[in-house]
Parts: sequence; structure tokens; C-alpha cells
Amino acid sequence: MSANSVALAYLVAAILFILALKGLSSPVSARRGNLFGMVGMLIAVATTLTLTHNVWYILLAIAAGGSIGAVVARKIQMTAMPELVAAMHSLVGLAAVLIAMSAFNNPVAYGIAHAGEVLHFSNRIELFIGTFVGAITFTGSIIAFGKLSGKLGSKPLRFAGQHWVNLLLGIVMIGFGIAFSMSPSWTPFLVMTAIALALGVLLIMPVGGADMPVVVSMLNSYSGWAAAGIGFTLNNNMLIIAGSLVGSSGAILSYIMCKAMNRAFLNVILGGFGGGEGAVAEAAGGVQKTYRSGSAEDAAFMMGNADSVIIVPGYGLAVARAQHAINEMSNMLTEKGIKVRYAIHPVAGRMPGHMNVLLAEAEVPYDQVVEMDEINNEFAGTDVVLVIGANDVVNPAAKTDPNSPIYGMPILEAHKARTILVVKRSMAAGYAGLDNDLFYLDKTMMVFGDAKKVVEEVIKALQH
Amino acid sequence: MSVVDPIVTNLTVFVLAIVVGYHVVWNVTPALHTPLMAVTNAISGIIIVGAMVAAGPKQLDAGTVLGLVAVTLAAINVFGGFLVTQRMLEMFKKKGK
Repeated sequence: MSANSVALAYLVAAILFILALKGLSSPVSARRGNLFGMVGMLIAVATTLTLTHNVWYILLAIAAGGSIGAVVARKIQMTAMPELVAAMHSLVGLAAVLIAMSAFNNPVAYGIAHAGEVLHFSNRIELFIGTFVGAITFTGSIIAFGKLSGKLGSKPLRFAGQHWVNLLLGIVMIGFGIAFSMSPSWTPFLVMTAIALALGVLLIMPVGGADMPVVVSMLNSYSGWAAAGIGFTLNNNMLIIAGSLVGSSGAILSYIMCKAMNRAFLNVILGGFGGGEGAVAEAAGGVQKTYRSGSAEDAAFMMGNADSVIIVPGYGLAVARAQHAINEMSNMLTEKGIKVRYAIHPVAGRMPGHMNVLLAEAEVPYDQVVEMDEINNEFAGTDVVLVIGANDVVNPAAKTDPNSPIYGMPILEAHKARTILVVKRSMAAGYAGLDNDLFYLDKTMMVFGDAKKVVEEVIKALQH
Repeated sequence: MSVVDPIVTNLTVFVLAIVVGYHVVWNVTPALHTPLMAVTNAISGIIIVGAMVAAGPKQLDAGTVLGLVAVTLAAINVFGGFLVTQRMLEMFKKKGK
């Protein structure tokens, strides 16, 4: 294929990728969008195949990787999606580093240098940027994967002067990168790569489990920039366009997550956030507060006699594997003519939109699932709110108490409903280690126990 | 007029793609943010194109082997990403099925 036809085929693929993302504006168009994405990828790969030798080796490599990917995609549990996504980011990062090494090894073969010539200065800078972004993505995502899958402790790991060490390493890394750009040789290239690999570890290690949604989104963004960086090195528009789409998507998701958790974007990028030290529960002192508790039968009675119920699910629901039970319960309520909806906080799961997928898996119809901004005005007119497996996202202190560490974080305004039911294991504090005033309201009833068991008992009581 | 340096052309494409990405992604419904991440995972598997170029030179050497490894890794992303996205999207159903 001529270079022009290749470039035009890449253009078609790029448009298809844009349509794939555009399709996600609604669940109706999303499946067709995904199909567009697949066709785009097929066009891009088939086109590139006409440019290369070793076609059989390449096809073999695609078949090997493809079958691994297909098996994982089929087997993976929906609760494990954050781990899968993190693992995949690391693969992109590693691939970027390998490609950069290969390009430096033999630039002539890539058409980015003439025979007997070394790489141009601008190519070297691009190579350096693509490599370090790829390397940070690679190790950072491995750490994120380890934390999400529980193989590494989810506790933040910190040491004194961490930021200074990171800053120093960053400067040294850029120093070696500039040295490489001045006089290209393997030593500065490899030292720079090694430092970037170490930085990936150091940046993600200090992050606490509760902040993982931000980190996963951020690494999503990095993996896109890594691909775009390699595109610059190889003068390949396909890589630049697709990489930038992914990069901006990840950046937007990080921004949305930061806003939902009331964190500064800069803190995230610099790393070392999460589990805020100020979050020590100060509510422990003072008067013993009283709360009302009831049984699952009481809860069933209250919901059965309501006109409208809003369910506020948190990740605790998924931990207890209660999604299917809650769907059965809401179906029973709907059959009684009660209006049931689910209210989703952006950080209800462990990655953006995670709770929506978990509910969809349990066959909850997506038109019953409502986002925070849309449903917050409706709590006041709602008879019963059932908070299940969630805590900080319904803590009114975020609105009323300027001294609270979560002050300013947007919350689901469950406290405005006529009656609030809270299903919880015990009175223990949530992720942020905070007490929740919602539990002590006169109109709140606590139902203690495992989320799944409680919901099953409610179902039994509703049958009578 | 002199010829435009490829880096300037690349930069033009880069900036325009970011602008397009920005507008398209803000329109994604929050309910589909997880499928969005999965499909962007697949799309960032586009690095397979770079990996294929790396694996492409006629003469097999360390560079082409690295390229082939990168092709395998990227293929995991491409297939895994698109298929898991499809699996998730099939779960999103309206009431009344």
C-alpha cells in the first residue's frame, strides 16, 4: 500500500474510534459504537500489516495475545473490573517502552532516520517522552493492580521526604533524558527508563484504597499519552489520534472523580494523597449519641407501605454479593406499585461507573438507575431511602460541618427523605473514618447485619 | 516557503484529537464510565500498530523480537478491551426486557 492510502485508511479508523466513544452517550447506541471501534481496529491492523515483513510471526503474536485477552474478558468478574483495567494499562505502558527500545535500536527500519544516520534531535526528545510516560504507566499500573486485587495491602505506604525523593528522581530522570537527546546512547536511555520505572512505583505506593478510582482514571489517561508519544516518535497519526482520545478521556474521568471526592487535581498528579491524616474520628469524644435500630421485617413493612423508595447502594453491597437480591426486592416493590429508583454517587464503586455495571449485571433496568445530580432534588419528596453498603457518600457533614475532612464533597441528600433505612454491619465508621450524623436522626432506622442476609429477609417478609 | 516539519504536523493532529476527545467524552453518560474505560483500554491497544512496525523489519534481530512481544501485549488489550466492553454493554437493559 502506498503511504497515502495507508494514511487515509488510518483516517477512517480514527473516525470509527471517535464514533465508538460517541456511542457511549447512551446505552442504546453503545453496542453499535463498540462495533465501530472493533472495525476501526481491524482496519488499522490490516493496513499496517501490508507495510511489514514477518507477517506470520506478527499474526501468531496477535493470535497469542488475542486469545489471552478473549479468555480474560470472558472470565473476569464484574467486581474485578478495576483490576483488569489496571492490568491492561500496564501492558500498554510496557509495549510503549519495548517499541521505543526497538526504535532506538534500529531507527533506519522505521524510516525515522536515513542509513548511517543517527536519530534527529526532535525524534530523540519524542522517544524520551514516550519511554518515560510508558515506563511510569507500566509500574504504576502494576502497583495499582496489586492494591486493587488485594495482593498488596491497600494501606498507603509513606515515608518522610517522599515528595522530595520523587521530585529529585524526576529531575534526574529529565537530566538523563536531555543527556540522551544530546548524544544518543544506551546508557542514558536505560538509566532514564529505570528511574521512570521506579517513579511509577513510588507515585502509586502512597495512595490509599479509597482513592483508587482517581488513580485508575489517571493511569488510563497516561496509557493514552504513552501511545500518543510513540506516535510522535514514529510519525504515525493513527497512534497520535487514538492515544490523545484515550488520554483526554482518562483526564476527564480523573477530573470527575476528583470532584466527586472533593480532592485537588494537582494533589492527584503529584501523588501521595489519600487517607487524609486529618480524618481521625473526632466524634469519638463527647456525648454518647443514640440511634434507633430495627429488624428486616420492620424495614420490609416500611418499604411495603411507601409510595416511593430510593435505594442508595455502596460498594459494601457488592462485597456482600447482594446485587441480585436487591433487584429481586425492588421488583417485588415495583409490582406493588411502588416507585423504586437507585441513586448512584460517582464514587459508589471502585472505578468510575462501577456501580452501574454491577447493578446492570444483576439485571437492574438502567432506567431505574439515576445519577446523583438528577436525583438529589427528589429525596425530599421520597418516603423511604434505603442506604445499603454506603456511608460517606450520604454523610450530611459534607454539607453542614466546615470542620469535617469531607466538607465540600458532593453527597446524596438521603437525609432529606421522610424515612431513612440504613443497612450496615455495625456502627463502625466508613472509609474516611468518620462518624455519620445521618445514623442518629430520629427518622433513621438502622438495620444491622450482612447486606445480602438483610435483603433476603426483607424479601421473605414482603412475600407475606 | 519551506516545508513543514513533521513534528508540527504531528502536533496539529495531536491538539485537534485532544479537542475532539474532550467534547466526545463529556457527552458520555456517567452510567457508562466503566465501559468507557474498558473501550479506551482497547483503543490504547492501537499501540499494536507501533509494535507491528517494530516487528516489521525484514531482518530479525533484538528489535524485532521486542516488537513481537509488544504486539502480543497490545493484542491482549485489543481483544480483552473490546470483548469485555461488549460483555458489559449487553448487561445494560431497559425495564420489561
